Amino acid sequence: MREQLVLLPEYLTAHLQLTLLALLLSTVVSLPLGVAIARFRWLESPTLALAGIIQTVPGLALLAVMVPLLAAMNLPSIGFLPAIVGLTLYGLFPILRNTVTGIRSVDSALKEAARGVGMTPMQQLWRVEIPLALPMIVAGLRTATVWLVGITTLSTPIGATSLGNYIFSGLQTRNYSSVLIGCVAAGGLALLLDGMIRLLEIGISARRRGQVLTSLAIMTSLCIYVGITLIAPVTNAGTRPLVIGSKTFTEQYVLSSILAQWIEKETSRPTTLMQSLGSSVAFDALTTGEIDLYVDYSGTLWVNEMHRDTGPSTRREILNALRQFLDDEHNISMPAALGFENAYALAVRGNDATRLTLRQISDLRAYAATLVLGGDYEFFVRPEWTAIQDAYGLEFKRLRTMDSTLMYQAIVQENVDVISAFSSDGRVAAYDLTLLEDDLDVIPPYDAIVLASPRVTQEYPDVIQAVARLDGSINADRMRTMNLAVDEMGEHPSLVAERFVRALR
Amino acid sequence: MIQLKRLTKCYGQDEVVSDLTLAVSTGEILVVLGGSGSGKTTILKMINRLVEPTTGTIQINGTDTSTIPPHQLRRQIGYVFQQVGLFPHMTVSENVAVTPSLLGWKPTRIRDLVDELLELVELNPTLVRNKKPDELSGGQQQRVGVARALAAGPEVMLLDEPFGALDPLTRGRLQESFKTIQHEIGLTAVFVTHDMVEALMLGDRIAIMHSGKLIQSGTPRELLTQPATDYVKDLMSTPRRQAAIVSKLANELTT
Repeated sequence: MREQLVLLPEYLTAHLQLTLLALLLSTVVSLPLGVAIARFRWLESPTLALAGIIQTVPGLALLAVMVPLLAAMNLPSIGFLPAIVGLTLYGLFPILRNTVTGIRSVDSALKEAARGVGMTPMQQLWRVEIPLALPMIVAGLRTATVWLVGITTLSTPIGATSLGNYIFSGLQTRNYSSVLIGCVAAGGLALLLDGMIRLLEIGISARRRGQVLTSLAIMTSLCIYVGITLIAPVTNAGTRPLVIGSKTFTEQYVLSSILAQWIEKETSRPTTLMQSLGSSVAFDALTTGEIDLYVDYSGTLWVNEMHRDTGPSTRREILNALRQFLDDEHNISMPAALGFENAYALAVRGNDATRLTLRQISDLRAYAATLVLGGDYEFFVRPEWTAIQDAYGLEFKRLRTMDSTLMYQAIVQENVDVISAFSSDGRVAAYDLTLLEDDLDVIPPYDAIVLASPRVTQEYPDVIQAVARLDGSINADRMRTMNLAVDEMGEHPSLVAERFVRALR
Repeated sequence: MIQLKRLTKCYGQDEVVSDLTLAVSTGEILVVLGGSGSGKTTILKMINRLVEPTTGTIQINGTDTSTIPPHQLRRQIGYVFQQVGLFPHMTVSENVAVTPSLLGWKPTRIRDLVDELLELVELNPTLVRNKKPDELSGGQQQRVGVARALAAGPEVMLLDEPFGALDPLTRGRLQESFKTIQHEIGLTAVFVTHDMVEALMLGDRIAIMHSGKLIQSGTPRELLTQPATDYVKDLMSTPRRQAAIVSKLANELTT
């Protein structure tokens, strides 16, 4: 709990930066647009329809789409920028719609009175229509605020730190106090910001100067704080710490912590973690230099980046081909292969394995039609699954997609019979599961490898040397034990990493 | 002096005002009398260009109103609305001060003026000044409406059934106050109503409209003694008939 709370200032500040800036941008865009729409009716259908469509895209998808979109425009596609763009788009609709509705619903008798007393169109707008629409506009602003605080937690997978870091890593490592801290902090922030705006609104309509000034002062100081924290890193960009990335599962949290602690210890260079990145996001972030180091798996790159499905089948051959490819195509180096594999593998319950004598994947052929297969979010769209289907000709009774942490519970409770496990997952042994051998050799090897960005490769030989010393330092059993310590004993990944790094010397 | 010359207003095929020629002399109240759909409100709105005539011209003191930008024209003309039209987000004094502030008058001058006007329409400035319109009774609201229309010192005032929604006692008191104020200031006023008694009480002259056409205009006496059509005759006889019924009732009670 304590090591979680230590992170709160950082996460909360990052969250506030995203939410407030996105809210500000949405407001700056949609208020004038809303006023224009209320004036020029022909603008209404296209604009509101477009904003409405954006709104119907699930928040996570909208943010994820920003990554390739910004990459295509040669803009920084990981982290703050895609999150801000996505969140801003998300905030447009409620403000826009309420502004339009608010101005439209001003009593036509009052609009005529405004003309009748001699107001110009602009004066009608500022002195009558906007003040009368204000409660409606503020309601839209409050809706946008509460939504944005919530949606901002989804910026974590695209590389922008937020309170979502608590939630994503907590869910993956089954650390529910971490999830709770994230949710409570986000909820509290939403209430605070909403309350501030409400206070301001009441203050304005009841003309309580003190109340208006108080709420304005609080909001302004929040904005100033955010502004300073946003500008500060830019001004001393030269001393940016090394950014260690990680994907969204336990092993990655542990390994990124190991890398960070090891590098700090060996080179005394500061590091920072950018955790819970989407799988392809991590590699893209490394090529653009938005992260400096992370651990990936040879088979994943073999399939996703080199687009190969056959070829040399030994671990060494693949590593060599990959090293060549990464250097030629991306100037990325591979200072270490950690020594274990984390391959996709099909796992069954131990008692089923004994009862049905299941040892290898081809043994499943006779029973597949009666079995339900559970896979993580990626599995069924990955080439490995296609390869397994093609090679073994398996037709399961049903396929179910679920979160990888829930898969183990599902197979123990017999909701599914076969799961797409990871060979280095400690829970395979802990839950008495049996991994089936890939007897036709269709799943490529998945050596855990450390990748270094072009910048680190060229400018930080000491870091490369330090990481190289990790080569072969973690065997499969070691990794399983560490994963299990987090997944089942509820230890924090950074503590597990600390123990490993200390023992390494 | 307001002159309406051959004024016509069409909405599509509908002619709501047809070929109207009418003059209002300086300092007089012209009551435009007619039922709903007679075009009487449209006439008012054409005078301050809330509605643009289809054909015809309007001159105020010899100036063609179409040559003045609409918002400037409207600042020179007081307008009292049928539905009161006070701005609910402004206080009473802000409502009264709205046109002077549009004209950029000094705040101190406006503050004195507001109090003066509120007293003129028989409201206590210290009591109502900082209230919101919805805290006032209907009669008080319309008094504020009159004060607002007078605020910029207009020579011409337009009133669109201003007292129609009020109870008879309040209406009677407001009619009297208005008559007094109009007389004191020497306002030229066009007053639209469908109430015959109100027309007879307030009008120096009365113009009777029916289906967008002017049927007859003249002093109340002229209309009573020389009605141009049976419609006018009928219309003018209603107050007398009602008065007869009332005095008959009163007689029965006293005897």
